[in-house]
Amino acid sequence: MIRIEPREAPPRALRWGLPPLAALAALALAAIPLWLAGADVTRAYGLMAQGVFGSAFAVSEMLTRATPLILTGLAAAVAFRARLWNIGAEGQLYLGALAAVAAGTGAIDAPPWALAPLVIAAGALAGALAMAAPTVMKARLGVDEVVTTLLMNFVIILFVQMMLEGPFKDPMGMGWPQSEPMVEAAMLPRLFDRMRVHAGLLIGLAAALAAHVALSRTTWGFRVRAVGENPAAARHAGISVGRTLLGVGAVSGALAGLAGVGEVAGLKGYLTADLSPGFGYAGIVVAMLAGLSPLGVVAAALFVASVFVGADSMSRALGVSSYLADLIVALSLICVLAGGFLARYRVRMG
Amino acid sequence: MTQAPVVLRLSGLSKRFGAVQANEAVSLDLRRGEILALLGENGAGKTTLMNMLFGHYLPDAGSVAVADRDGRLAALPLGQPQAALRAGVGMVHQHFTLAENLTTFENVILGAEPLFGFRRGRAAARARLKALMARTGLHAPLDERVARLSVGERQRVEILKALWRDARILVLDEPTAVLTPQEADALFATVAGMAADGLSVIFISHKLREVLAFSHRIVVLRAGRNVGGMTTASADARAIAAMMVGGALPAQPRPAQAAPGAPVLRLSGARIDAPEARRRLAPCDMAVRAGEIVGVAGVSGNGQAALAALVSGLARPSGGTVELFGQPVTRFDPAAFIAAGVGRIPEDRHHDGVAGAMTVAENLVIERLGDPAVSRAGFLRRRAIADAARKICAAYDVRGPGPEAPARLLSGGNIQKLILARVLDRKPGLILANQPTRGLDVGAAAAVARRLIAAKARGAGVLLISEDLDEVLALSDRVLAIHAGEIREAGAPATLDRDRLGLMMAGEAA
Repeated sequence: MIRIEPREAPPRALRWGLPPLAALAALALAAIPLWLAGADVTRAYGLMAQGVFGSAFAVSEMLTRATPLILTGLAAAVAFRARLWNIGAEGQLYLGALAAVAAGTGAIDAPPWALAPLVIAAGALAGALAMAAPTVMKARLGVDEVVTTLLMNFVIILFVQMMLEGPFKDPMGMGWPQSEPMVEAAMLPRLFDRMRVHAGLLIGLAAALAAHVALSRTTWGFRVRAVGENPAAARHAGISVGRTLLGVGAVSGALAGLAGVGEVAGLKGYLTADLSPGFGYAGIVVAMLAGLSPLGVVAAALFVASVFVGADSMSRALGVSSYLADLIVALSLICVLAGGFLARYRVRMG
Repeated sequence: MTQAPVVLRLSGLSKRFGAVQANEAVSLDLRRGEILALLGENGAGKTTLMNMLFGHYLPDAGSVAVADRDGRLAALPLGQPQAALRAGVGMVHQHFTLAENLTTFENVILGAEPLFGFRRGRAAARARLKALMARTGLHAPLDERVARLSVGERQRVEILKALWRDARILVLDEPTAVLTPQEADALFATVAGMAADGLSVIFISHKLREVLAFSHRIVVLRAGRNVGGMTTASADARAIAAMMVGGALPAQPRPAQAAPGAPVLRLSGARIDAPEARRRLAPCDMAVRAGEIVGVAGVSGNGQAALAALVSGLARPSGGTVELFGQPVTRFDPAAFIAAGVGRIPEDRHHDGVAGAMTVAENLVIERLGDPAVSRAGFLRRRAIADAARKICAAYDVRGPGPEAPARLLSGGNIQKLILARVLDRKPGLILANQPTRGLDVGAAAAVARRLIAAKARGAGVLLISEDLDEVLALSDRVLAIHAGEIREAGAPATLDRDRLGLMMAGEAA
């Protein structure tokens, strides 16, 4: 008979060693389907590593991919710390991107130096506003935010499509549903010549640091954690649960909005309805892999981006399906969750 | 009694959780028809011992033997609840394990009936359950959903569930923790009757009064060890208490004669309208003055929750006025009450008192984040918070892994000390103490009482809400009775007639 007993306190080494171990376990497990697909496993992983770290360009691509994941990962991590289950980062990302385009296509009369900050602020604000309705409904009426934020994704994406077919449509776009291009001054600068990695990465890193400091060292973060840990005790202690949720919802939405800003103002230059291949949802995975730690989110986003970029180049070289990347990320998440369980409980036989 | 055959023998049971030796070589015998009280402070290992008997935990060492139907002791396979059930061991946990959306009848037969052919046996099962109720005196409405039953009724259903499976040994883990004194007395009278019919009972408790009144024999655990036992007839409360804490208890100081000052809390016609009786407060006029302890006695669910919510700032009165320190209250929210100088000890310390995953130090400052000693420009002064926590923990004897450990690792008594430290360290002018000693062992309960008396001596007004009548009478300068949301003055404990107070608590004219 197998029995499960709780541990008094999880060992420290297990807590810190767990994520890398889980990542390794996931790669080991993913070797099985890779082998079944007829690929040479060591060569495949070699190609994968090369695809990520083999050249400056490869690293730049990986960092470009990690940029939105850091921000959507933070959006999820910050909200989840307050037990505010924001599943709507995807929609908030699109709304942020739409606001960035609205502010950055030259329609607004502003000095050129102010354009990029304006674009960033507009995107963050739009994302924050997208979270207002779900959090107000949760705080006032107890409406489940999982449902509202999830469904808002579809509403927002359809709204963005409507805008791209309507007022935002580029008259020079040959009929394609895409926005006018942003003006040069509104774009986030590239960090290196001939590399796609852009200033959005710096925004993401700064946001991660800020979120870490805010959560662990400010009274705001204290309230967020208290509300997440035990809303009844927080309320009893004089912390306004509703106001805290509104604040954390706004921050979470703003972070997701910034992810949209980065994609459109750092990378594409114009908005289309296929801007994000699910960065909002992947952010949830990133946040869970990171154990909701803002600094951990950076590491987890780099890992997930590496897997995706690496698997892309591996699949091109070996003719293996690139869905393998999804598989590895999913396996990592399962390994981290299973590992978290093992850290908290001891399994005994007998 | 000692001639009765042994039906249960625990030999050398040991269990370790990490660094904690929960039980060490505990042995004890239980005889047929005996009521054995298992006493000990919080964390003494009572519940762990019973969980090993019942197969929830696998002991590190030792064995359990249970008498079969012929009275021969046979070893019980360890770590298997099913085996314990088959051997006739029934356990009623401190926290109920009933399905609230099912009826009494369904809960009792749940899991004990074969999966198929279930409907056919239903009528017979009903008849059997009715007979069981009649025989034991454990009555509960058969077809009422458990969610609608009172706590006392739920407890009876739990016991019926165990007896339904032919339990010959019944383990009751703190059976009266959630019962009113009347319900507790009724329960023990029933249990005594069943013991006379041959049922053997182990009950875990730290209420000396009920142990002395109802058990045949007492076994005391301390720090996981069996430190001795005695027959109840030869026991006295002080000796047992000393055995539990491992030394003589400090004498409880008598509250100094009250010299009350100005009112710190005054309710004038304040009321709370609510559909449920337990959340309702009838228009109420009362005051708590500086330097006095006002005790509110009542059976649980008679509006104490509403009164506490009002004085905590969690509820807004539907009418009437509330004055704190002579000022009418306009903002009913906890932050405003804290700022005004009200210290609140919540009834449910785990649910409302602490954020379990946050550290002890953080829980100590949770009510005063804006205080310059705690934060500056929105940033927490982590060093200052940790230093203060160390001092406060020492001053209030909060024991645990340290101020940086999560509060959930503390025992119930230490969590209560943490809350006391948080509340009292700010020297509040009014203290609401709602069931401050519920579930605490004698040592911790005495510490709480001492702190409240000291606060009163300092000049604070204390509103003590308790279902423990002895506690109310021992600590209060004035006693109020609450029934169905109505609060009435009962007088000073010295002049108070217990019977008359009992009648007031029951809502009779007095």
